[in-house]
Amino acid sequence: MTSSAGQPDSTDAEPQSPRAIIAGHGSFPEGMISAVEQITGYGKVFVALSNSGLSGEDIESRLRTRSESLGVRVFFTDLPAGSATIAVRRIMRDTEGVILVTGTNLATLLEFVFRGEETPAEAARHAAEKGRTSLCAHGEG
Amino acid sequence: MPVELYRIDDRLVHGQVVVGWGQPLDLRLIVLVDDEVAKSDWEQDLYRMGVPPEMEIRFADVATAIKDHASYANDPRRSIVLTGNISTMHALLRGVESIRAINVGGLHHRPGRKQKMRYVFLTAEEETELREIIAAGVKVTAQDVPAARAVPMDEVLRASPGVERSA
Repeated sequence: MTSSAGQPDSTDAEPQSPRAIIAGHGSFPEGMISAVEQITGYGKVFVALSNSGLSGEDIESRLRTRSESLGVRVFFTDLPAGSATIAVRRIMRDTEGVILVTGTNLATLLEFVFRGEETPAEAARHAAEKGRTSLCAHGEG
Repeated sequence: MPVELYRIDDRLVHGQVVVGWGQPLDLRLIVLVDDEVAKSDWEQDLYRMGVPPEMEIRFADVATAIKDHASYANDPRRSIVLTGNISTMHALLRGVESIRAINVGGLHHRPGRKQKMRYVFLTAEEETELREIIAAGVKVTAQDVPAARAVPMDEVLRASPGVERSA
């Protein structure tokens, strides 16, 4: 997935199969994937699911279907209290090996993309740590 | 302090409730009224995990919520009472006459429901129940988030027969 310099190689023919689902409010999932694609060219590592207009049951059902059809067990969501987060927690109740990262930001997802050599679970944990440390306020106001 | 909002929302605890309403209203107490959730420790843990540390969430079945309503209304914290469907809110209204206004925040698509608004889908039975609540003198408005206009529900019910959406 990366060149010898450690940067993504736009001519890399390696297929980009989905490794995680991004779920959340409004256009958050699509927007995040768009940003990952712009920066790395690896937007296809993720699949988006917006909760817009869906009941909690429908969000859970769609996430289950996507997860099973893609064989993906890593979920990134926006709010810890969001309906997508609640839905994934329900999936975790009866599905082994599911990893959920909440409070996702762009730094989180970029880190996940570049940890393709690790298992998805390991990559998700490192990505969460990266996202946490990237968040800070600058300036003295 | 009187309860700030009585809300019907089929997602129960989620972003609009905790952040969208929670921050501007400075909510510190959520009372989730649902007979099934009140029986399930697992469901309660699920929703408790979604609530920030500065908020408390309590769980009650309808009978308990009616009995304890005065304690919610006298709590010094700002609070919201939340149900996942119209019939639960209707039962609460029958038991607590002091509730004079409710908010329809989200009733999403499911088979048998027709679309009335972007975030409000109703079965014929649910429409009937809402009309009964309105006829009893309770103000019912639809409003998903504080920045949106509170739309009188009787206007919504008068406006159109609704549109059935494919799943």
